Amino acid sequence: MDNVCHGRVHTTMLSALTITEAHEKLRKKEISTEELVRACIDRIEAVDGILNAVVHRNFERAVEEAKMVDATGEFSSPLTGIPYLTKDVFCEEGVPTTACSNILRGKTYIPPFDSTTTKRLKTCGAISLGKVNTDEFTMGCSTETSCHGVTRNPWDTTRVAGGSSGGSAVAVSSNECLFALGTDTGGSIRQPAGFCGCTGLRPTYGRTSRYGVMSMASSLDTIGPLCKTVEDIAIVMEAISGKDPLDATTGNVPVPMYRQTLKSAMKGLRIGLPKEYFIDGMSDDVERAVREAANVFASLGAIVSEISLPMTKYGVATYYVLVPCEVSSNMARYDGIRYGHTVENPESLLDYYERVRSDGFGPEVKRRIMIGTFALSAGYYDAYYRQAQKVRILIARDFEEAFQKVDAIISPVSPTPAFTIGAHEGDPVAMYLEDIFMCPQPMAGIPALSLPCGFSKSGLPIGLQIMGPQWEDGRVLKIGHAFEQATEWHERKVAI
Amino acid sequence: MSFPSTTEIYHVAKLARLTLTDAEVERLAPELASIIGVIDLLKEVDTKNVILTAQNTGLTNVLREDTLRSPSPSPDALLSCSPLPLVQHQIQTPSAHG
Repeated sequence: MDNVCHGRVHTTMLSALTITEAHEKLRKKEISTEELVRACIDRIEAVDGILNAVVHRNFERAVEEAKMVDATGEFSSPLTGIPYLTKDVFCEEGVPTTACSNILRGKTYIPPFDSTTTKRLKTCGAISLGKVNTDEFTMGCSTETSCHGVTRNPWDTTRVAGGSSGGSAVAVSSNECLFALGTDTGGSIRQPAGFCGCTGLRPTYGRTSRYGVMSMASSLDTIGPLCKTVEDIAIVMEAISGKDPLDATTGNVPVPMYRQTLKSAMKGLRIGLPKEYFIDGMSDDVERAVREAANVFASLGAIVSEISLPMTKYGVATYYVLVPCEVSSNMARYDGIRYGHTVENPESLLDYYERVRSDGFGPEVKRRIMIGTFALSAGYYDAYYRQAQKVRILIARDFEEAFQKVDAIISPVSPTPAFTIGAHEGDPVAMYLEDIFMCPQPMAGIPALSLPCGFSKSGLPIGLQIMGPQWEDGRVLKIGHAFEQATEWHERKVAI
Repeated sequence: MSFPSTTEIYHVAKLARLTLTDAEVERLAPELASIIGVIDLLKEVDTKNVILTAQNTGLTNVLREDTLRSPSPSPDALLSCSPLPLVQHQIQTPSAHG
Protein backbone atom coordinates (compact mmCIF):
# COMPACT_ATOMS: atom_id res chain seq x y z
CA MET A 1 0.00 0.00 0.00
CA ASP A 2 2.87 2.36 0.66
CA ASN A 3 3.92 4.58 -2.14
CA VAL A 4 7.62 5.06 -1.48
CA CYS A 5 8.87 8.30 -2.93
CA HIS A 6 12.54 9.37 -2.68
CA GLY A 7 13.10 7.03 0.23
CA ARG A 8 10.18 8.41 2.29
CA VAL A 9 6.71 7.08 2.70
CA HIS A 10 4.46 9.27 0.55
CA THR A 11 2.30 11.04 3.10
CA THR A 12 -0.84 11.35 0.95
CA MET A 13 -1.17 7.59 0.78
CA LEU A 14 -0.93 7.24 4.54
CA SER A 15 -4.51 8.44 4.84
CA ALA A 16 -5.58 5.32 2.92
CA LEU A 17 -4.33 3.04 5.69
CA THR A 18 -6.72 1.08 7.88
CA ILE A 19 -6.54 1.59 11.65
CA THR A 20 -4.84 -1.79 12.02
CA GLU A 21 -2.19 -0.98 9.40
CA ALA A 22 -1.55 2.52 10.74
CA HIS A 23 -1.23 1.29 14.34
CA GLU A 24 1.38 -1.24 13.26
CA LYS A 25 3.43 1.45 11.48
CA LEU A 26 3.12 3.88 14.40
CA ARG A 27 4.13 1.23 16.90
CA LYS A 28 7.20 0.27 14.84
CA LYS A 29 8.02 3.99 14.39
CA GLU A 30 7.89 3.62 10.60
CA ILE A 31 5.68 6.71 10.54
CA SER A 32 4.91 9.44 13.05
CA THR A 33 1.48 10.53 14.25
CA GLU A 34 2.18 13.97 12.86
CA GLU A 35 2.87 12.53 9.40
CA LEU A 36 -0.36 10.55 9.56
CA VAL A 37 -2.41 13.57 10.67
CA ARG A 38 -0.81 15.81 8.04
CA ALA A 39 -1.52 13.17 5.36
CA CYS A 40 -5.23 13.32 6.20
CA ILE A 41 -5.16 17.14 6.24
CA ASP A 42 -3.43 17.18 2.82
CA ARG A 43 -6.00 14.76 1.46
CA ILE A 44 -8.89 16.89 2.78
CA GLU A 45 -7.32 20.02 1.25
CA ALA A 46 -6.93 18.19 -2.07
CA VAL A 47 -10.37 16.62 -2.53
CA ASP A 48 -12.88 18.24 -0.20
CA GLY A 49 -13.46 21.23 -2.45
CA ILE A 50 -15.28 18.79 -4.72
CA LEU A 51 -16.79 16.41 -2.13
CA ASN A 52 -17.87 18.88 0.60
CA ALA A 53 -17.67 16.34 3.42
CA VAL A 54 -15.75 18.36 6.05
CA VAL A 55 -17.67 21.31 7.51
CA HIS A 56 -15.35 22.30 10.35
CA ARG A 57 -11.58 21.89 10.29
CA ASN A 58 -9.80 21.39 13.58
CA PHE A 59 -6.39 21.04 11.99
CA GLU A 60 -4.17 23.18 14.23
CA ARG A 61 -5.36 21.43 17.37
CA ALA A 62 -5.02 18.03 15.64
CA VAL A 63 -1.38 18.70 14.71
CA GLU A 64 -0.62 19.85 18.27
CA GLU A 65 -2.20 16.68 19.68
CA ALA A 66 -0.24 14.58 17.16
CA LYS A 67 3.04 16.15 18.33
CA MET A 68 2.11 15.36 21.92
CA VAL A 69 1.43 11.71 21.06
CA ASP A 70 4.74 11.48 19.21
CA ALA A 71 6.53 13.03 22.19
CA THR A 72 5.30 10.23 24.46
CA GLY A 73 5.99 7.55 21.81
CA GLU A 74 3.44 5.25 23.47
CA PHE A 75 0.87 3.47 21.31
CA SER A 76 -0.82 1.33 23.94
CA SER A 77 -4.27 1.56 22.34
CA PRO A 78 -4.81 0.67 18.66
CA LEU A 79 -6.49 4.09 18.41
CA THR A 80 -3.58 6.13 19.81
CA GLY A 81 -2.59 8.71 17.21
CA ILE A 82 -5.34 7.66 14.78
CA PRO A 83 -7.00 10.65 13.04
CA TYR A 84 -10.78 10.59 12.68
CA LEU A 85 -13.70 12.84 11.77
CA THR A 86 -16.96 13.27 13.63
CA LYS A 87 -20.49 13.91 12.40
CA ASP A 88 -21.48 17.47 13.24
CA VAL A 89 -23.86 16.40 16.04
CA PHE A 90 -21.23 15.14 18.51
CA CYS A 91 -20.34 17.79 21.08
CA GLU A 92 -16.60 18.30 21.48
CA GLU A 93 -15.33 20.82 24.01
CA GLY A 94 -14.22 23.99 22.24
CA VAL A 95 -15.07 22.73 18.74
CA PRO A 96 -17.97 24.29 16.78
CA THR A 97 -20.91 21.85 16.60
CA THR A 98 -23.93 22.96 14.60
CA ALA A 99 -25.90 19.86 13.45
CA CYS A 100 -25.49 21.54 10.02
CA SER A 101 -28.41 23.79 10.96
CA ASN A 102 -28.71 27.55 10.73
CA ILE A 103 -30.34 27.53 14.16
CA LEU A 104 -26.92 26.76 15.70
CA ARG A 105 -24.89 28.89 13.30
CA GLY A 106 -26.31 32.34 14.12
CA LYS A 107 -24.10 32.40 17.17
CA THR A 108 -22.03 29.32 16.38
CA TYR A 109 -22.53 26.79 19.14
CA ILE A 110 -19.24 25.81 20.78
CA PRO A 111 -19.98 23.14 23.38
CA PRO A 112 -18.28 23.50 26.78
CA PHE A 113 -18.22 19.69 27.16
CA ASP A 114 -17.44 16.43 25.33
CA SER A 115 -19.85 13.71 24.27
CA THR A 116 -19.07 10.43 26.02
CA THR A 117 -18.01 8.89 22.71
CA THR A 118 -15.48 11.59 21.77
CA LYS A 119 -14.27 11.63 25.37
CA ARG A 120 -13.64 7.87 25.26
CA LEU A 121 -11.77 8.26 21.96
CA LYS A 122 -9.71 11.11 23.43
CA THR A 123 -8.77 8.86 26.34
CA CYS A 124 -7.42 6.33 23.81
CA GLY A 125 -5.35 9.07 22.14
CA ALA A 126 -7.38 9.21 18.91
CA ILE A 127 -7.13 12.60 17.16
CA SER A 128 -10.19 14.53 16.01
CA LEU A 129 -9.65 16.36 12.71
CA GLY A 130 -12.99 18.16 12.77
CA LYS A 131 -16.64 17.83 11.85
CA VAL A 132 -18.32 16.28 8.82
CA ASN A 133 -21.53 17.05 7.00
CA THR A 134 -24.94 15.64 7.87
CA ASP A 135 -28.52 16.29 6.96
CA GLU A 136 -29.84 19.02 9.27
CA PHE A 137 -30.13 17.46 12.75
CA THR A 138 -29.64 14.07 10.95
CA MET A 139 -33.04 14.40 9.23
CA GLY A 140 -32.60 13.02 5.74
CA CYS A 141 -31.23 10.24 3.56
CA SER A 142 -28.96 12.22 1.25
CA THR A 143 -27.10 14.97 3.16
CA GLU A 144 -29.05 17.41 0.96
CA THR A 145 -30.82 19.11 3.89
CA SER A 146 -27.54 20.38 5.41
CA CYS A 147 -27.14 24.16 5.69
CA HIS A 148 -23.62 23.60 4.28
CA GLY A 149 -24.90 22.15 1.00
CA VAL A 150 -24.81 18.60 -0.34
CA THR A 151 -21.93 16.15 0.11
CA ARG A 152 -20.99 14.46 -3.16
CA ASN A 153 -20.48 10.75 -3.70
CA PRO A 154 -16.79 10.09 -4.49
CA TRP A 155 -17.72 7.29 -6.95
CA ASP A 156 -19.85 9.69 -9.02
CA THR A 157 -20.00 13.31 -7.92
CA THR A 158 -23.40 13.89 -9.57
CA ARG A 159 -24.87 11.49 -7.01
CA VAL A 160 -25.66 11.78 -3.31
CA ALA A 161 -23.46 10.28 -0.61
CA GLY A 162 -26.54 9.05 1.23
CA GLY A 163 -27.40 10.26 4.66
CA SER A 164 -27.66 11.42 7.15
CA SER A 165 -24.04 10.40 7.93
CA GLY A 166 -23.05 11.23 4.32
CA GLY A 167 -20.05 13.30 5.35
CA SER A 168 -18.75 10.44 7.53
CA ALA A 169 -19.10 7.85 4.73
CA VAL A 170 -17.45 10.08 2.11
CA ALA A 171 -14.61 11.02 4.46
CA VAL A 172 -13.82 7.33 5.06
CA SER A 173 -14.21 6.05 1.50
CA SER A 174 -12.21 8.92 0.00
CA ASN A 175 -9.45 8.52 2.62
CA GLU A 176 -9.82 11.92 4.29
CA CYS A 177 -9.45 10.12 7.64
CA LEU A 178 -8.96 6.61 9.00
CA PHE A 179 -12.44 6.32 10.51
CA ALA A 180 -15.47 8.46 11.25
CA LEU A 181 -18.31 8.58 13.74
CA GLY A 182 -21.93 8.61 12.65
CA THR A 183 -25.40 8.22 14.08
CA ASP A 184 -28.10 5.83 12.87
CA THR A 185 -31.78 6.30 13.68
CA GLY A 186 -33.31 4.64 10.60
CA GLY A 187 -30.35 3.89 8.34
CA SER A 188 -28.15 6.96 8.70
CA ILE A 189 -24.92 4.96 9.08
CA ARG A 190 -25.85 1.94 6.97
CA GLN A 191 -27.23 3.69 3.87
CA PRO A 192 -24.34 6.15 3.29
CA ALA A 193 -21.83 3.34 4.00
CA GLY A 194 -23.65 1.30 1.33
CA PHE A 195 -23.77 4.20 -1.14
CA CYS A 196 -20.07 5.05 -0.67
CA GLY A 197 -18.52 1.59 -0.42
CA CYS A 198 -17.34 1.62 3.20
CA THR A 199 -18.37 -0.32 6.29
CA GLY A 200 -20.68 0.99 9.00
CA LEU A 201 -22.28 -0.47 12.11
CA ARG A 202 -25.57 0.47 13.71
CA PRO A 203 -24.93 -1.08 17.14
CA THR A 204 -27.55 -2.54 19.47
CA TYR A 205 -29.56 0.35 20.95
CA GLY A 206 -27.94 1.14 24.32
CA ARG A 207 -24.55 -0.39 23.39
CA THR A 208 -23.00 3.06 22.84
CA SER A 209 -23.74 6.23 24.80
CA ARG A 210 -25.84 9.02 23.29
CA TYR A 211 -24.67 11.57 25.89
CA GLY A 212 -23.54 14.79 24.23
CA VAL A 213 -24.89 13.84 20.81
CA MET A 214 -27.72 16.04 19.53
CA SER A 215 -30.85 13.90 19.57
CA MET A 216 -33.28 13.32 16.77
CA ALA A 217 -35.42 10.43 18.10
CA SER A 218 -34.10 9.40 21.51
CA SER A 219 -35.70 5.94 21.61
CA LEU A 220 -34.12 4.98 18.27
CA ASP A 221 -30.86 6.97 17.92
CA THR A 222 -27.59 5.01 18.02
CA ILE A 223 -23.92 6.01 17.79
CA GLY A 224 -21.61 3.96 15.59
CA PRO A 225 -18.40 3.91 13.52
CA LEU A 226 -17.80 4.01 9.76
CA CYS A 227 -14.52 2.36 8.77
CA LYS A 228 -12.59 0.75 5.91
CA THR A 229 -12.78 -2.79 7.32
CA VAL A 230 -14.85 -4.81 9.79
CA GLU A 231 -11.76 -5.30 11.97
CA ASP A 232 -11.49 -1.51 12.30
CA ILE A 233 -15.17 -1.38 13.32
CA ALA A 234 -14.38 -3.92 16.05
CA ILE A 235 -11.47 -1.76 17.29
CA VAL A 236 -13.62 1.39 17.54
CA MET A 237 -16.52 -0.48 19.13
CA GLU A 238 -14.29 -1.84 21.87
CA ALA A 239 -13.31 1.76 22.69
CA ILE A 240 -16.72 3.46 22.58
CA SER A 241 -19.13 0.79 23.90
CA GLY A 242 -20.39 0.28 27.42
CA LYS A 243 -22.52 1.55 30.25
CA ASP A 244 -22.47 5.32 30.73
CA PRO A 245 -23.91 6.89 33.89
CA LEU A 246 -24.73 9.95 31.76
CA ASP A 247 -27.03 7.97 29.42
CA ALA A 248 -29.61 5.97 31.36
CA THR A 249 -30.54 3.98 28.24
CA THR A 250 -27.11 2.32 27.97
CA GLY A 251 -27.26 -1.32 29.03
CA ASN A 252 -25.17 -2.79 31.82
CA VAL A 253 -23.92 -5.55 29.51
CA PRO A 254 -20.18 -6.40 29.44
CA VAL A 255 -18.35 -5.25 26.31
CA PRO A 256 -16.80 -8.24 24.49
CA MET A 257 -13.34 -8.07 22.95
CA TYR A 258 -14.88 -7.93 19.50
CA ARG A 259 -11.58 -8.48 17.67
CA GLN A 260 -11.02 -11.83 19.39
CA THR A 261 -14.23 -13.36 18.05
CA LEU A 262 -13.86 -12.09 14.48
CA LYS A 263 -12.11 -15.18 13.20
CA SER A 264 -14.43 -17.90 14.50
CA ALA A 265 -15.79 -20.40 11.97
CA MET A 266 -18.91 -19.88 9.87
CA LYS A 267 -19.67 -23.60 9.50
CA GLY A 268 -23.22 -24.46 10.52
CA LEU A 269 -24.22 -20.84 11.13
CA ARG A 270 -27.85 -20.34 10.05
CA ILE A 271 -28.40 -17.28 7.86
CA GLY A 272 -31.86 -16.08 6.84
CA LEU A 273 -32.72 -14.26 3.63
CA PRO A 274 -36.07 -12.47 4.19
CA LYS A 275 -38.31 -12.61 1.12
CA GLU A 276 -39.90 -9.23 1.98
CA TYR A 277 -36.55 -7.50 1.33
CA PHE A 278 -36.66 -8.33 -2.38
CA ILE A 279 -39.33 -6.04 -3.79
CA ASP A 280 -40.69 -4.87 -7.13
CA GLY A 281 -38.79 -1.89 -8.44
CA MET A 282 -35.49 -2.73 -6.79
CA SER A 283 -32.35 -2.64 -8.91
CA ASP A 284 -31.34 -5.89 -10.62
CA ASP A 285 -27.72 -5.13 -9.72
CA VAL A 286 -28.61 -4.94 -6.01
CA GLU A 287 -30.63 -8.16 -6.05
CA ARG A 288 -27.88 -10.02 -7.91
CA ALA A 289 -25.14 -8.77 -5.56
CA VAL A 290 -27.05 -9.75 -2.41
CA ARG A 291 -27.99 -13.20 -3.73
CA GLU A 292 -24.34 -13.74 -4.69
CA ALA A 293 -23.38 -12.71 -1.14
CA ALA A 294 -25.73 -15.41 0.14
CA ASN A 295 -23.86 -17.90 -2.06
CA VAL A 296 -20.56 -16.74 -0.56
CA PHE A 297 -21.89 -17.54 2.92
CA ALA A 298 -23.09 -20.95 1.74
CA SER A 299 -19.63 -21.66 0.33
CA LEU A 300 -18.13 -20.79 3.74
CA GLY A 301 -20.27 -23.48 5.36
CA ALA A 302 -23.25 -21.42 6.52
CA ILE A 303 -26.78 -22.75 6.08
CA VAL A 304 -28.72 -20.14 4.08
CA SER A 305 -32.51 -20.31 3.98
CA GLU A 306 -35.40 -18.07 3.00
CA ILE A 307 -37.34 -16.60 5.93
CA SER A 308 -40.30 -14.26 6.31
CA LEU A 309 -40.54 -10.96 8.22
CA PRO A 310 -44.19 -10.16 7.48
CA MET A 311 -44.26 -6.83 9.35
CA THR A 312 -41.53 -5.34 7.12
CA LYS A 313 -44.03 -3.34 5.05
CA TYR A 314 -45.06 -1.34 8.15
CA GLY A 315 -41.49 -0.28 9.00
CA VAL A 316 -41.45 3.04 7.13
CA ALA A 317 -44.95 4.03 8.31
CA THR A 318 -44.10 3.25 11.95
CA TYR A 319 -40.80 5.08 11.65
CA TYR A 320 -42.39 8.19 10.15
CA VAL A 321 -44.84 8.45 13.04
CA LEU A 322 -42.47 7.77 15.93
CA VAL A 323 -39.52 9.78 14.64
CA PRO A 324 -41.43 13.01 13.90
CA CYS A 325 -43.19 12.71 17.28
CA GLU A 326 -39.84 12.49 19.09
CA VAL A 327 -38.43 15.20 16.79
CA SER A 328 -41.22 17.61 17.70
CA SER A 329 -40.32 17.10 21.34
CA ASN A 330 -36.50 17.11 20.98
CA MET A 331 -36.46 20.20 18.75
CA ALA A 332 -38.39 22.19 21.39
CA ARG A 333 -35.07 23.01 23.11
CA TYR A 334 -33.96 25.14 20.13
CA ASP A 335 -35.74 28.30 21.18
CA GLY A 336 -32.92 30.85 21.03
CA ILE A 337 -32.56 31.14 24.79
CA ARG A 338 -29.64 28.91 25.84
CA TYR A 339 -27.79 28.67 22.51
CA GLY A 340 -27.93 29.35 18.81
CA HIS A 341 -29.82 31.74 16.60
CA THR A 342 -31.39 34.97 17.86
CA VAL A 343 -33.59 37.76 16.43
CA GLU A 344 -33.81 41.49 17.13
CA ASN A 345 -36.72 43.42 18.69
CA PRO A 346 -39.18 40.63 19.52
CA GLU A 347 -42.66 41.76 20.55
CA SER A 348 -42.89 39.07 23.22
CA LEU A 349 -41.31 35.80 24.34
CA LEU A 350 -43.72 33.84 22.14
CA ASP A 351 -42.90 36.03 19.15
CA TYR A 352 -39.18 35.45 19.88
CA TYR A 353 -39.56 31.64 19.98
CA GLU A 354 -41.55 31.56 16.75
CA ARG A 355 -39.23 33.87 14.81
CA VAL A 356 -36.04 32.14 16.02
CA ARG A 357 -37.39 28.72 15.08
CA SER A 358 -38.92 29.78 11.78
CA ASP A 359 -35.68 31.51 10.72
CA GLY A 360 -33.38 28.80 12.01
CA PHE A 361 -34.93 25.49 10.97
CA GLY A 362 -34.83 24.25 7.38
CA PRO A 363 -37.76 22.70 5.45
CA GLU A 364 -37.24 19.03 6.45
CA VAL A 365 -36.96 19.84 10.15
CA LYS A 366 -40.12 21.95 9.97
CA ARG A 367 -41.91 19.17 8.08
CA ARG A 368 -41.06 16.61 10.76
CA ILE A 369 -41.96 18.97 13.61
CA MET A 370 -45.32 19.56 11.90
CA ILE A 371 -46.04 15.84 11.37
CA GLY A 372 -44.99 15.02 14.93
CA THR A 373 -47.02 17.82 16.50
CA PHE A 374 -50.02 16.75 14.40
CA ALA A 375 -49.67 13.05 15.35
CA LEU A 376 -49.40 13.93 19.05
CA SER A 377 -52.24 16.47 19.07
CA ALA A 378 -55.62 15.88 20.69
CA GLY A 379 -57.79 13.65 18.54
CA TYR A 380 -54.90 12.01 16.62
CA TYR A 381 -52.65 10.65 19.39
CA ASP A 382 -54.37 7.25 19.64
CA ALA A 383 -54.68 6.73 15.88
CA TYR A 384 -51.04 7.55 15.13
CA TYR A 385 -48.58 7.62 18.03
CA ARG A 386 -50.18 4.95 20.21
CA GLN A 387 -50.86 2.68 17.24
CA ALA A 388 -47.30 3.12 15.94
CA GLN A 389 -45.84 2.18 19.34
CA LYS A 390 -47.87 -1.03 19.23
CA VAL A 391 -46.85 -1.84 15.67
CA ARG A 392 -43.27 -1.26 16.76
CA ILE A 393 -43.66 -4.14 19.21
CA LEU A 394 -45.02 -6.39 16.46
CA ILE A 395 -42.04 -5.54 14.23
CA ALA A 396 -39.68 -6.40 17.10
CA ARG A 397 -41.58 -9.67 17.61
CA ASP A 398 -41.04 -10.48 13.91
CA PHE A 399 -37.29 -10.39 14.53
CA GLU A 400 -37.52 -12.34 17.81
CA GLU A 401 -39.35 -15.14 16.02
CA ALA A 402 -36.93 -15.09 13.09
CA PHE A 403 -33.94 -15.36 15.43
CA GLN A 404 -35.43 -18.58 16.85
CA LYS A 405 -34.84 -20.11 13.42
CA VAL A 406 -31.66 -18.38 12.21
CA ASP A 407 -28.53 -16.88 13.79
CA ALA A 408 -28.37 -13.85 11.49
CA ILE A 409 -30.31 -12.21 8.68
CA ILE A 410 -28.88 -10.69 5.49
CA SER A 411 -30.53 -8.25 3.08
CA PRO A 412 -29.76 -5.36 0.77
CA VAL A 413 -29.07 -2.04 2.53
CA SER A 414 -31.00 -0.01 -0.08
CA PRO A 415 -33.20 -0.99 -3.03
CA THR A 416 -30.93 0.92 -5.45
CA PRO A 417 -27.38 2.30 -5.54
CA ALA A 418 -26.83 6.05 -4.86
CA PHE A 419 -29.40 8.27 -6.57
CA THR A 420 -28.77 11.53 -8.43
CA ILE A 421 -28.56 14.78 -6.44
CA GLY A 422 -31.99 16.45 -6.48
CA ALA A 423 -33.82 13.28 -7.63
CA HIS A 424 -36.34 13.41 -4.76
CA GLU A 425 -36.67 17.18 -4.46
CA GLY A 426 -40.21 18.12 -3.45
CA ASP A 427 -41.19 14.49 -2.86
CA PRO A 428 -40.56 13.65 0.81
CA VAL A 429 -42.34 10.29 0.58
CA ALA A 430 -40.01 9.07 -2.20
CA MET A 431 -37.09 10.12 0.01
CA TYR A 432 -38.53 8.32 3.07
CA LEU A 433 -38.95 5.10 1.07
CA GLU A 434 -35.17 5.04 0.50
CA ASP A 435 -34.96 3.72 4.09
CA ILE A 436 -37.42 0.86 3.50
CA PHE A 437 -34.95 -1.93 4.48
CA MET A 438 -33.41 0.05 7.35
CA CYS A 439 -36.46 1.23 9.34
CA PRO A 440 -37.47 -2.13 10.90
CA GLN A 441 -34.22 -2.88 12.83
CA PRO A 442 -34.34 0.25 15.04
CA MET A 443 -37.85 -0.75 16.15
CA ALA A 444 -36.32 -3.91 17.64
CA GLY A 445 -33.09 -2.24 18.80
CA ILE A 446 -30.99 -4.87 17.03
CA PRO A 447 -27.50 -4.41 15.51
CA ALA A 448 -27.03 -4.19 11.74
CA LEU A 449 -23.82 -3.93 9.72
CA SER A 450 -23.50 -2.42 6.24
CA LEU A 451 -20.57 -3.49 4.08
CA PRO A 452 -19.70 -3.54 0.36
CA CYS A 453 -20.94 -6.61 -1.56
CA GLY A 454 -20.60 -5.54 -5.18
CA PHE A 455 -20.87 -2.75 -7.73
CA SER A 456 -23.57 -1.77 -10.20
CA LYS A 457 -22.94 -1.88 -13.95
CA SER A 458 -22.29 1.85 -13.78
CA GLY A 459 -19.64 1.39 -11.08
CA LEU A 460 -21.58 2.39 -7.95
CA PRO A 461 -21.08 0.48 -4.67
CA ILE A 462 -23.80 -1.87 -3.37
CA GLY A 463 -24.24 -2.51 0.35
CA LEU A 464 -25.04 -5.74 2.17
CA GLN A 465 -26.88 -5.57 5.50
CA ILE A 466 -26.17 -8.17 8.20
CA MET A 467 -28.52 -8.19 11.21
CA GLY A 468 -28.22 -10.08 14.50
CA PRO A 469 -30.16 -10.37 17.76
CA GLN A 470 -29.99 -7.64 20.43
CA TRP A 471 -26.49 -7.38 22.02
CA GLU A 472 -25.02 -9.76 19.40
CA ASP A 473 -23.00 -7.04 17.72
CA GLY A 474 -19.99 -9.38 17.87
CA ARG A 475 -21.81 -12.03 15.83
CA VAL A 476 -22.70 -9.50 13.15
CA LEU A 477 -19.07 -8.37 12.98
CA LYS A 478 -17.81 -11.95 12.78
CA ILE A 479 -20.09 -12.68 9.82
CA GLY A 480 -19.09 -9.43 8.13
CA HIS A 481 -15.41 -10.21 8.65
CA ALA A 482 -15.80 -13.68 7.13
CA PHE A 483 -17.48 -12.14 4.08
CA GLU A 484 -14.75 -9.53 3.79
CA GLN A 485 -12.03 -12.21 3.93
CA ALA A 486 -13.76 -14.15 1.15
CA THR A 487 -14.33 -11.17 -1.18
CA GLU A 488 -12.45 -8.12 -2.43
CA TRP A 489 -15.23 -5.54 -2.70
CA HIS A 490 -13.95 -3.51 0.27
CA GLU A 491 -10.54 -3.15 -1.37
CA ARG A 492 -11.81 -1.15 -4.35
CA LYS A 493 -10.68 2.45 -4.09
CA VAL A 494 -12.30 5.63 -5.36
CA ALA A 495 -10.57 7.27 -8.34
CA ILE A 496 -10.79 10.79 -6.92
CA MET B 1 -61.67 19.44 1.37
CA SER B 2 -58.06 18.27 1.44
CA PHE B 3 -56.61 16.87 4.66
CA PRO B 4 -55.06 18.45 6.61
CA SER B 5 -56.83 21.75 5.87
CA THR B 6 -54.99 25.07 5.76
CA THR B 7 -56.65 26.02 9.06
CA GLU B 8 -55.39 22.80 10.62
CA ILE B 9 -51.83 23.45 9.37
CA TYR B 10 -51.80 26.94 10.92
CA HIS B 11 -53.14 25.47 14.17
CA VAL B 12 -50.43 22.76 14.29
CA ALA B 13 -47.75 25.38 13.47
CA LYS B 14 -48.95 27.45 16.40
CA LEU B 15 -48.70 24.42 18.70
CA ALA B 16 -45.16 23.80 17.36
CA ARG B 17 -44.08 27.42 17.90
CA LEU B 18 -43.46 27.96 14.19
CA THR B 19 -44.58 30.85 12.02
CA LEU B 20 -45.15 29.60 8.50
CA THR B 21 -45.40 31.85 5.46
CA ASP B 22 -48.32 31.41 3.06
CA ALA B 23 -45.88 29.93 0.53
CA GLU B 24 -44.67 27.39 3.10
CA VAL B 25 -48.24 26.37 3.92
CA GLU B 26 -49.04 25.99 0.23
CA ARG B 27 -46.03 23.70 -0.21
CA LEU B 28 -46.58 21.79 3.04
CA ALA B 29 -50.28 20.97 2.46
CA PRO B 30 -49.78 18.33 -0.28
CA GLU B 31 -46.55 17.06 1.34
CA LEU B 32 -48.24 16.49 4.70
CA ALA B 33 -51.23 14.89 2.95
CA SER B 34 -48.94 12.41 1.17
CA ILE B 35 -47.01 11.60 4.38
CA ILE B 36 -50.28 11.06 6.26
CA GLY B 37 -51.32 8.77 3.38
CA VAL B 38 -48.24 6.61 4.13
CA ILE B 39 -48.68 6.49 7.91
CA ASP B 40 -52.40 5.71 7.56
CA LEU B 41 -51.22 2.22 6.52
CA LEU B 42 -50.82 1.48 10.24
CA LYS B 43 -54.58 1.58 10.74
CA GLU B 44 -54.97 -1.85 9.12
CA VAL B 45 -52.74 -3.59 11.71
CA ASP B 46 -54.57 -5.51 14.44
CA THR B 47 -52.98 -4.37 17.73
CA LYS B 48 -55.82 -5.24 20.11
CA ASN B 49 -53.71 -7.62 22.19
CA VAL B 50 -50.47 -5.67 22.17
CA ILE B 51 -49.35 -4.16 25.48
CA LEU B 52 -47.97 -0.67 24.94
CA THR B 53 -44.30 0.17 25.50
CA ALA B 54 -42.18 3.06 24.34
CA GLN B 55 -38.76 1.35 24.46
CA ASN B 56 -36.98 -1.89 23.71
CA THR B 57 -34.16 -2.06 26.27
CA GLY B 58 -36.19 -3.64 29.05
CA LEU B 59 -34.44 -1.29 31.49
CA THR B 60 -36.48 0.17 34.36
CA ASN B 61 -35.77 2.82 36.98
CA VAL B 62 -32.14 3.50 36.05
CA LEU B 63 -30.77 5.68 38.83
CA ARG B 64 -27.28 6.75 39.76
CA GLU B 65 -25.98 6.87 43.30
CA ASP B 66 -27.15 9.94 45.19
CA THR B 67 -23.72 11.52 45.62
CA LEU B 68 -22.71 15.13 45.15
CA ARG B 69 -20.72 15.94 42.00
CA SER B 70 -19.04 19.17 41.06
CA PRO B 71 -20.90 20.73 38.16
CA SER B 72 -19.20 20.05 34.83
CA PRO B 73 -19.33 22.04 32.67
CA SER B 74 -19.58 25.06 34.94
CA PRO B 75 -22.81 27.08 35.00
CA ASP B 76 -20.93 30.11 33.61
CA ALA B 77 -19.57 28.07 30.68
CA LEU B 78 -23.11 26.99 29.83
CA LEU B 79 -24.49 30.51 30.21
CA SER B 80 -21.87 31.87 27.83
CA CYS B 81 -23.44 29.81 25.02
CA SER B 82 -26.57 31.99 25.12
CA PRO B 83 -27.06 34.59 22.38
CA LEU B 84 -29.01 36.77 24.88
CA PRO B 85 -27.63 39.24 27.47
CA LEU B 86 -26.60 37.88 30.86
CA VAL B 87 -27.60 39.62 34.08
CA GLN B 88 -26.33 38.30 37.42
CA HIS B 89 -25.73 34.77 36.09
CA GLN B 90 -29.15 34.66 34.46
CA ILE B 91 -30.25 34.95 30.83
CA GLN B 92 -32.32 38.05 30.14
CA THR B 93 -35.17 36.86 27.92
CA PRO B 94 -37.81 38.90 26.09
CA SER B 95 -40.85 39.57 28.26
CA ALA B 96 -43.45 36.80 28.42
CA HIS B 97 -46.14 39.49 28.65
CA GLY B 98 -45.28 41.49 25.52
